[in-house]
Amino acid sequence: MSSAADVLTPVPFPGGGPAAPAGGRVFTRIRGIRPAVALAVIYLAVIAVAAIAPSLLTSQDPLQVNLADSLQSPSVEYPFGTDQSGRSVYTRVIYGARESVLIGIGATAVGLGLAALLGVAAGLGGKVVDGAVNRLLEVLFSFPGLLLALFLVAIFGSGVSTQIIAVGIASAPGYARMIRGQVLQVKGADYVIASKALGHPPSRTLFKNILPNAFRPLVVLATLGVGQSIVWASALSFLGLGVAPPAPEWGAMLDAGRDYIQTAWWLTVFPGAAIVAFTLAATCIGRYLQRRIEGETY
Amino acid sequence: MSSTPSITHGGALEAPSRRRLPWRSVVNKLLGAIVVLWAAATLCFFLQELSPGDPAIAVLGGSGARPTQQQLDEVNEQYGFNDPILQRYGEFIGDVARGDLGTSYQYKQPVTTVISEQIGPTLVLIAVSTALAWLIALAGTLSTAGRGRFRSSVGSGFEAFFAGLPQYWLGLVLLVIFSFELGWFPVTGGTSPDALFLPALTLALPLAGFLGQVTRDEFERGLKQPFAISARTRGASESEVRQRHVLRHALLPGITLTGWAIGATISGAVLVEVIFARPGLGQVLVNAVSNQDLPVVVGITILVALIYVVVNLLVDLLYVIVDPRLRTSAKAA
Repeated sequence: MSSAADVLTPVPFPGGGPAAPAGGRVFTRIRGIRPAVALAVIYLAVIAVAAIAPSLLTSQDPLQVNLADSLQSPSVEYPFGTDQSGRSVYTRVIYGARESVLIGIGATAVGLGLAALLGVAAGLGGKVVDGAVNRLLEVLFSFPGLLLALFLVAIFGSGVSTQIIAVGIASAPGYARMIRGQVLQVKGADYVIASKALGHPPSRTLFKNILPNAFRPLVVLATLGVGQSIVWASALSFLGLGVAPPAPEWGAMLDAGRDYIQTAWWLTVFPGAAIVAFTLAATCIGRYLQRRIEGETY
Repeated sequence: MSSTPSITHGGALEAPSRRRLPWRSVVNKLLGAIVVLWAAATLCFFLQELSPGDPAIAVLGGSGARPTQQQLDEVNEQYGFNDPILQRYGEFIGDVARGDLGTSYQYKQPVTTVISEQIGPTLVLIAVSTALAWLIALAGTLSTAGRGRFRSSVGSGFEAFFAGLPQYWLGLVLLVIFSFELGWFPVTGGTSPDALFLPALTLALPLAGFLGQVTRDEFERGLKQPFAISARTRGASESEVRQRHVLRHALLPGITLTGWAIGATISGAVLVEVIFARPGLGQVLVNAVSNQDLPVVVGITILVALIYVVVNLLVDLLYVIVDPRLRTSAKAA
């Protein structure tokens, strides 16, 4: 969370700076990388099913109040226990997948979209534009991600759309710097020079050579980014500035469970575990893709 | 950026360049820092102007308070909300340059007063957890890096796991285990040393995981570097090689990243303070955000930008101390 939850990625350490030089190599030394990737894919598949058709995974209603069963510890009937209103935490975690994941994807899309605009403009726009964008990024880096998001929430008021936009904007500077670097690198590549030498019009070089190659690493960024965005967005919900209860969203569930933490640990532990597992899975797959794209063989 | 050494790994054998202390680049950096701060303040001001809410209503306690038109007019007059935007911008920048961050809508006190009353515990928390994170990262690196595949992968597995934990969840889990179940630490509140441990650990563990990843990688690379080999051939014991030569080399990227991480650490501190009901800027900020007390939010944002900029200037200086290559050149000057 920046978080230093924010810390996982080789990508945007929120608040700043280039990629961590070494972060991406961590898993590669572990021999069991394949099972880890497989586990990650399975987990994300379950979450995808939960987001699309939650009723396949649970027969209960996430909003059904049942006071007779309030605050029950985990059992066979309620694998993750029940909350103060007797709602099944397991069911709510399953139903929460949709909103949590959509917010994560939305925020990543906003962030990457903005970053692509800035990064491509800086990479191709010549000295003046590049200088201006770089200055802007430098300034944005001095606002740590979560604080920038909080600032935007203070201005526009809390709610789901602010949450998506705020997290997106807050994560954009990190992506933008990477995209700019990528564009600059691709711009100087032999195939681009060759395309120019062959007399292709600039637009063709741009759309056929520069952009596709510059955007290829975005697949990785997007995968890592969704995990990160979910962490940040949940942080906002956790602070009571995002999705409002009783909607089953992971961060909001954590926030609501905080009041009962002394007596009912399962209210916070399970929704949090869903978030943590999601980030770990996204990171694992992101790094796997990264290695595939970079063509490294291990 | 001529004063920043490259972190590439081929440079170890190059003779230290005999140059003077890079005053010019120090001055340039200071000027650059001031420009960044000015731009940050400017950005804050104009972003704040985008707010759809009426600041006068926020001053009078939110729309729930149902202020009369006359009250609104008075507040607009008093706070100068009706002045032209450029005039207000000029006054704002002038005030910020003098260290005046305006008046809180909520507390009706200067923002600097609100901040200075609350900043102490936050700074303590950040400092202690950064130190703790380095301790954990170094212990992990020294005890597992380059000591065989199994130890190494256990070490890096833990690092990757901790680096990925969101503080708000880690904090809650630590709270459940150590305060509620085991009763080792007080549950919430207060600024006493034993109430500091869990919050600091919550903030430190993810940071330690992150720093550990970077330091370990650099450390393992350093073990194979010519300078390590030459130290061994001179008869240095393995622990001497590890601690005196390789470790120092391995610290560099982590130091830079600590500078960049300061922003994330501050963000984390906000969450941690809320979880542990620990007094500090985090509580003030979250409270200000929910009540649209923009001067406080803007003030804290500018302050954090200032901290970020200053810490990163210090990191550049630290380099000179830690990197023997630069130190030689500084002494030679």
